[in-house]
Amino acid sequence: MPLTPERLQDAYRQMLVIRKFEETIRNLYQQGKIRGSFHPCVGQEATAVGGCWAVRKDDYMTCTYRGHGQTIAKGLSVRAAMAEMLGKVTGCSKGKGGSMHFTDPSVGLLGANAIVAAGVPHAAGAALASQLQKKDNVALAYFGEGAVNQGVFLESLNLAVIWKLPLILICENNLYSEMTPSHATTSIVETHKRAAGFGFETMQVDGNDIEAMYNAVESAAAKARAGGGPTYIEAMTYRLWGHMMGDPEIYRTKEEVAKAKENEPIVRCGKRLLELGCTQADLSRLDSEAESIIADALQFAESSPVPEPADAFTDVFI
Amino acid sequence: MPNITYAQALNEALREEMKVDPRIFLMGEDIGHYGGIFRVTKDLIDEFGAERVRDTPISESSFVGLGIGAAMAGMRPVVELLFMDFALVAADQIVNQAAKLRYMSGGTVSIPMVVRAQQGGGRGNGAQHSQSFESWLAQVPGLIIVAPSTPADAKGLLKSSIRAGNPVIFIEHKLLYNTKGDVPEEDYSIPIGKAEIKRDGRDITIVSYSRTLLFALEAAETLSQKGIEAEVIDLRTIEPLDMNMILESIKGTGRLLVVHESHSNCGLGAEIIARVYEQAPDSLTMPPRRLGAKHVPIPVAESLENAVLPQPSDIVAAVEAMF
Repeated sequence: MPLTPERLQDAYRQMLVIRKFEETIRNLYQQGKIRGSFHPCVGQEATAVGGCWAVRKDDYMTCTYRGHGQTIAKGLSVRAAMAEMLGKVTGCSKGKGGSMHFTDPSVGLLGANAIVAAGVPHAAGAALASQLQKKDNVALAYFGEGAVNQGVFLESLNLAVIWKLPLILICENNLYSEMTPSHATTSIVETHKRAAGFGFETMQVDGNDIEAMYNAVESAAAKARAGGGPTYIEAMTYRLWGHMMGDPEIYRTKEEVAKAKENEPIVRCGKRLLELGCTQADLSRLDSEAESIIADALQFAESSPVPEPADAFTDVFI
Repeated sequence: MPNITYAQALNEALREEMKVDPRIFLMGEDIGHYGGIFRVTKDLIDEFGAERVRDTPISESSFVGLGIGAAMAGMRPVVELLFMDFALVAADQIVNQAAKLRYMSGGTVSIPMVVRAQQGGGRGNGAQHSQSFESWLAQVPGLIIVAPSTPADAKGLLKSSIRAGNPVIFIEHKLLYNTKGDVPEEDYSIPIGKAEIKRDGRDITIVSYSRTLLFALEAAETLSQKGIEAEVIDLRTIEPLDMNMILESIKGTGRLLVVHESHSNCGLGAEIIARVYEQAPDSLTMPPRRLGAKHVPIPVAESLENAVLPQPSDIVAAVEAMF
């Protein structure tokens, strides 16, 4: 199913929901209402929505601790995500997982992961399950370019190719591995070239162009469903905020960030919608709809109860 | 009852379970036509095909990780590590992932995966191929740990492990594969978490499992000739631990010795003894003891290896010192 102009409006609203989710979390964090880590995905909304909307709800996906965008795009309830951030029992993991571990298998979401590259073999394993079950489901594995030097990542590339898995690897290349420029730590920083060396069919796309992202993943998924094996997509993007809350961002200039903002995905998608015939009023309406979704989620999360101490001792085993 | 080896018993468990449950598949190094270095997967590829008996590259971290993903997507992988020592290569996937994903998801995913591996020394395989990891793996919440000592227990516990629906570390011992024992012909399983008294005795309780369980039984015969009757408990499952059986036994014997091949330092013996003191401090008539590997890497030369790993004669000496 192509990304029609109507659906592009929905995708625009979805990106706004993700952006506003992160902004809300930042506010809550600054108010001291959020415990633990928060790795915002601001600026990377198109890779999330474009990729996840190009596959089905019953397809699988794993992602990273910078995964609020992908998890919401895959179908995780915004209410459950917000409640998880606030440590409430109504959270997607009942307060046991937090920001870095959003999971909801009912929408194919097998988990965000706090260990860099560790979710990649899980997506490959889900793809293997689909293959063994003779189903046509595919699996998406999201990771940053900072993951490409992990052993398990390289091992998984090899297995995906030799077993011809219905797997789509999506590298969100945002130029920085945590707080260090990736070119300083990575032998071949254009990561799709590495993947090609493993025998992958590869693509490099503009990850801030939601339509390009959608089309790339959709074609890779169609190929995988037909038994054509894995694809490696390198999506070029940019993280507009720091690696985490409190990151002083000394590794890049304010000018660089300001320039990147001109190319950010939500603004670009808005321009595209205007080209396609939407009005500014349409965009405002989509914005306020997104605002309502976040307000509802926040109200739900804040009014939800905290887990009982005894809940700490459940959910270890089935 | 058929008298078969430990390796054959495991092979039967895999074959019988794979026949009835199409979700089960195997992954590991050299497990296909080669049949595994200890022949545990012998001929299974002929019966179930290369799709379900999958030879992997030498990359433990990824294929354990694929097992986790496949398990979350409805399969029941049984993953073989060539040596337990290589669990360290896959440690992130075992410890940070398999053990925790269900908990971190608030119980929404499950990981019905068995990781099988042989461990232990006695064969001169050296410090990177002879270790025993159950003591520190037992420190990780979210893993079930099983370590059978006989062919019958191996078969019955492997079946239970595959059916458990949780991550199970299934510990075999390289020097148990060729040991023989009677195995029931009919379908049966051994429950996880249940120890078994392998020898009755009134004077001392010896707790062990895996290969050192056989040493304990051997030592018990020697001790019997000296007038000491040892009760020998085979834990069979390390986590969860069947403390009740231990506590029940020491009520009668008043003496306790724990024997294992993993290192003594911060080991399972210390844990069991601590729990005995916490839960039944008055049961013991004298201080308990433990025997494990001494605190050096496992050496190769037989004279050295025997000095480091507990031997039947060490068990006899430890018991005699308690009388």
